[in-house]
Amino acid sequence: MIEVQNLSKSYGPVEAVRSISFQVNQGEVVGFLGPNGAGKSTTMKVMTGYLPPNEGTVLVDGLDIRENALPVRQRIGYLPESTPLYSDMITYDYLEFVAAMREIPAGDRAGRIRAMTNACGLHDVLSKRVDALSKGYRQRVGLAQAMIHDPPILILDEPTSGLDPNQIVEIRDLIRMIGKERTVVLSTHILSEVQASCDRVIIIDNGALVADGTPEELRSGLSGEEQVSITLLDGEEEAAEILGSWELAEVVEHGMDDNGESYFMLSSPTDIRAELFRLAVSHNWTLTGLNRKTKNLEDVFRQLTSS
Amino acid sequence: MHQTWTLTKRELSAYFDGPAAYVVLCVFLAITGWFFSNALFLQNVASLRSLFSIAPFIFLFFIPALTMSSFAEERRAGTLELLLTLPVRDWQVILGKLLSVALLLLLAIALTFVYAITLAVLGDLDLGGTVGGYLGLFLLGVTYGAIGIWASSLTRNQIVAFILGFAIIFLLFLLDKITDFVPAQLGVILQYLGADYHFQNLMRGVIDTRDILYYLSLTGFAFLLTTYTLAKRPE
Repeated sequence: MIEVQNLSKSYGPVEAVRSISFQVNQGEVVGFLGPNGAGKSTTMKVMTGYLPPNEGTVLVDGLDIRENALPVRQRIGYLPESTPLYSDMITYDYLEFVAAMREIPAGDRAGRIRAMTNACGLHDVLSKRVDALSKGYRQRVGLAQAMIHDPPILILDEPTSGLDPNQIVEIRDLIRMIGKERTVVLSTHILSEVQASCDRVIIIDNGALVADGTPEELRSGLSGEEQVSITLLDGEEEAAEILGSWELAEVVEHGMDDNGESYFMLSSPTDIRAELFRLAVSHNWTLTGLNRKTKNLEDVFRQLTSS
Repeated sequence: MHQTWTLTKRELSAYFDGPAAYVVLCVFLAITGWFFSNALFLQNVASLRSLFSIAPFIFLFFIPALTMSSFAEERRAGTLELLLTLPVRDWQVILGKLLSVALLLLLAIALTFVYAITLAVLGDLDLGGTVGGYLGLFLLGVTYGAIGIWASSLTRNQIVAFILGFAIIFLLFLLDKITDFVPAQLGVILQYLGADYHFQNLMRGVIDTRDILYYLSLTGFAFLLTTYTLAKRPE
């Protein structure tokens, strides 16, 4: 379990992180969201013990990252944003080097490297020099490096940045697989990634924590009206008249769609789909579409971080 | 300690996997060899003095060149973040790098034993001067290495690291050469602080603990400065 307590970190006069507190429970996959420069990387650098905090502290399984630096670091696997590979090394040697630095006994290293090769799909690149690898493979070698000592906690800073769509899906699947047994904290600014792989979302903006909860909790906490759209095959004029004076909802948009059917966008404080359907039936309109516009994390993100 | 040695091995293989170590060793041997054989054959002087007087000059350039990448390149490539979040202390990382430079230096010096053996076969080898000179050369090189590593920790640009390391070492090298231009009391201090002065003492075959202590404390001081620089986690 990770406890971040009133963490503050500044670079000279610039306050990167301002008194952030949160907890990550065992086995959770937590997504760290925020615009560029919000303080995501800085928070992660403090959590891994790279940067010393100005104020506050981080406890990992009850151990302080400053006082018990080495046992804490042994529990954490870390993939920094910059994918830290030695370009002059062979992939295998690089993994062996990290394994040795992680104090994995010499006899077990080959086995761990084999396990990582399977998990991250590195069969083709084990004997290649790191600087000959594509961005996707570099990222996978970085992940293999972070997991080589089988840590209970993984901290991944933008694990999918710079990858092509296929690679993103691969890495995301890999993370989901890893997340079944481990605590994972990953940062990203791709919202679908959070929806795809995280149990919980923490949004930070300008160095401060602005939201913390499951994706559902964050969506339901959104203020604003429900929006429902309907498309009709006929009765456009009548519908325009009736919907225009309907007390349950307000027409915000009205027009013709690409198929030549008329559509109405309605806004209301509550979900009015059932009432709309009954209204259509009672007037004998041919209803071809009825959709509630679901709020997604993108709306949450925009609402919380646009200031 | 295991981890320090792992790091040293990685540093050494980085030197030897690329051309760096071979270029340094070959050029070092070529220059010292030329000076040695010049003295031996042209001036009929059977002495290692020529080797010991040119080697500190070569170190002045070569050692900052060897150490310029040690931390600057790690910072540029982002691997410093990996190294310093591994379960090792910062000082172990620095020690690993210093050890690799020291071992490379030891190899370079050991290769010049050929000259010493040649002399021993041909004539009389001044044993005290030879042992003192070699010891001095090694201590001088390690001290330069520690300073070069500190210079490298200050920047992410290898060229800046080289120039900085060279400038600091050159200053130390010059200190005992400018004693004529300063008041006598200050001159004594400057002479004591000069890196070459202590080497000259050792080269004479007088192995004085003061000279050894000078190099060890300067190495320790540069090491401490590096620890301090890294603790601030420069971006």
